[in-house]
Amino acid sequence: MSLKQRILEFFKLKSKVTEGGGEQAIQKQMAMGKMTARQRINELLDTGSFHEYDLFVEHKAEDFGMDKKFLAGDGVITGTGSIMGFPVCIYAQDFTVAGGSLGIAHARKITKIMDHALRLGLPLIGINDSGGARIQEGVNSLAGYGEIFFRNTRASGVIPQISVVLGPCAGGAVYSPALTDFVFVVDKISKMFITGPEVIKTVLGEEISMEDLGGAKVQAEVTGNAHFYADNEKDCFEQIKKLVTFIPWNNQKRADKFPVKNPISNIHIDQIMPKDATQPYDIRDVIKAICDDSDFLEVQEYWAQNIVIGFVRMHGETVGVIGNQPLVLAGVLDVDSSDKAARFIRFCDAFNIPLLTLVDLPGYLPGVDQEHAGVIRHGAKILYAYSEASVLKMTVILRKAYGGGYIAMCSRHLGADFVFAWPTAEIAVMGPEGAANIIFKSEIANAKNPDAVRMEKVQEYTQKFANPYKAAANGYIDAVINPGETRDYIIHSMYLSQNKVDKLPKKKHGIPPF
Amino acid sequence: MYEKVVNKIVLEDTVYETQLTKKFLNRKKYRPKDKSLVLSYIPGTIRQIFVKQEQRIKRGDSLLILEAMKMKNEIKAEYSGVVKMIAVKENQMVPKNEILIELSLD
Repeated sequence: MSLKQRILEFFKLKSKVTEGGGEQAIQKQMAMGKMTARQRINELLDTGSFHEYDLFVEHKAEDFGMDKKFLAGDGVITGTGSIMGFPVCIYAQDFTVAGGSLGIAHARKITKIMDHALRLGLPLIGINDSGGARIQEGVNSLAGYGEIFFRNTRASGVIPQISVVLGPCAGGAVYSPALTDFVFVVDKISKMFITGPEVIKTVLGEEISMEDLGGAKVQAEVTGNAHFYADNEKDCFEQIKKLVTFIPWNNQKRADKFPVKNPISNIHIDQIMPKDATQPYDIRDVIKAICDDSDFLEVQEYWAQNIVIGFVRMHGETVGVIGNQPLVLAGVLDVDSSDKAARFIRFCDAFNIPLLTLVDLPGYLPGVDQEHAGVIRHGAKILYAYSEASVLKMTVILRKAYGGGYIAMCSRHLGADFVFAWPTAEIAVMGPEGAANIIFKSEIANAKNPDAVRMEKVQEYTQKFANPYKAAANGYIDAVINPGETRDYIIHSMYLSQNKVDKLPKKKHGIPPF
Repeated sequence: MYEKVVNKIVLEDTVYETQLTKKFLNRKKYRPKDKSLVLSYIPGTIRQIFVKQEQRIKRGDSLLILEAMKMKNEIKAEYSGVVKMIAVKENQMVPKNEILIELSLD
């Protein structure tokens, strides 16, 4: 055979595999409003950058007539490429091939690209669209899942791992996204659950639709499993591209520096804070007023909204922001918001991203439901994450910093490198009303006009303690600053801290209150 | 995609103006345990009922079998008393925290 013939033969073989599950299956996929695995990769990666591996991998299953079945690429496409010039490793399950079901050859293609990503120190992106385990392959498909989970865990904190759920992701399969750093979902397309509606109905008699059980909205709003929610696949890919620019390739590097841009927000920072300390404002307005280009990439926007987390750039460098949100539940810490913040802090710490904490909270949320849901255990996570973090930690106290909430939100006592406070800061063991009612209890009770005395005492306490100066007098904050100086102080702190050294005691690993 | 409710929350005697989340609004009010009620601790199917109405039972007596997750769970009386009402039938599916039997406690 001549070289030309050989090349023609190669093209023929290649085109057979790249067709995936064939025309009919592709039509079905499109009818569901979904792109094919190959289209997704091309849409997400820089044009022409995709380099495919293991195109000719085939399954070796023999039982249940599997020996007669050809499954193109065994239902998954793997390879490397770049996003906005950043190199990445990627895999995409192909639902058109046997429903994207996972057999051992399929899994081994995934684990191979995962090993590759870990060895080369590159981000890993997994696009999930699979009916689940390939039943015909029995325990081999379980082995495949296990080998993926093992690598997800071993790579955690070494390379960024992104999961994109663009179809069903059910049963054990959902634990791969759960172990990764960021999960992307798309409305009406993503479906994640451990046991589906059918099983729930037969076993438990409860009826629920797939969408209501584990659809994109549920994952973004109720469970907190998803970090980014999009209306369609194209928007989802834009979100991924943006995220990739904010994070480093691996834990040995820092995120790339971008050209410096000033905030463009038309909201003036001096005008955000309401006159009355019991009135809300949107913490995102503060974030946008201080960061480069007023560009804030919010993470888990719809879940546990009483805390806001996400990425910004300050003077061109990536910073992870954690801010209490007075707009929702007065910005309290509770089970969910503690979980949300703690995980984000650990991501930033693992990947050398400085932390900026914006504090305005009245404390932890009271209630039987919170106590019984384990607010002690969950609330401890945020203390643990902040104390453990050795990256640059900057804290700005905007308004309320009461009691346990003050300690938890990256106070000096948890190792903050810089703590600044606005003149509106109220750093105290509790709010004026509560404190006055306790300290002056008998005076108020015995007074002729208890309400007048209470008001007087509340005012007295407010005057004395609801300010930043008691904390400043103890050196617990470094400076009281004008809101307009915030950006400058943060950028200066970052400039000073480029060689920060904070070594944790030698240990195998800590034991966080998971 | 979610409802915003402008509302108030009271924390340590201070009234804060803020939005409340669905989860916060839907939280269940705490009720102390009613010892006279035997509840399903897991959703499942009632396979067998061992007691009859008006029957006197002692703490530890078997009341019924609740099958769930392919396991036949024996539900025993936690307190002694008389069976006042049996709320389920054999082969009936029950959700979690459903009343199965009501007792008149001693």
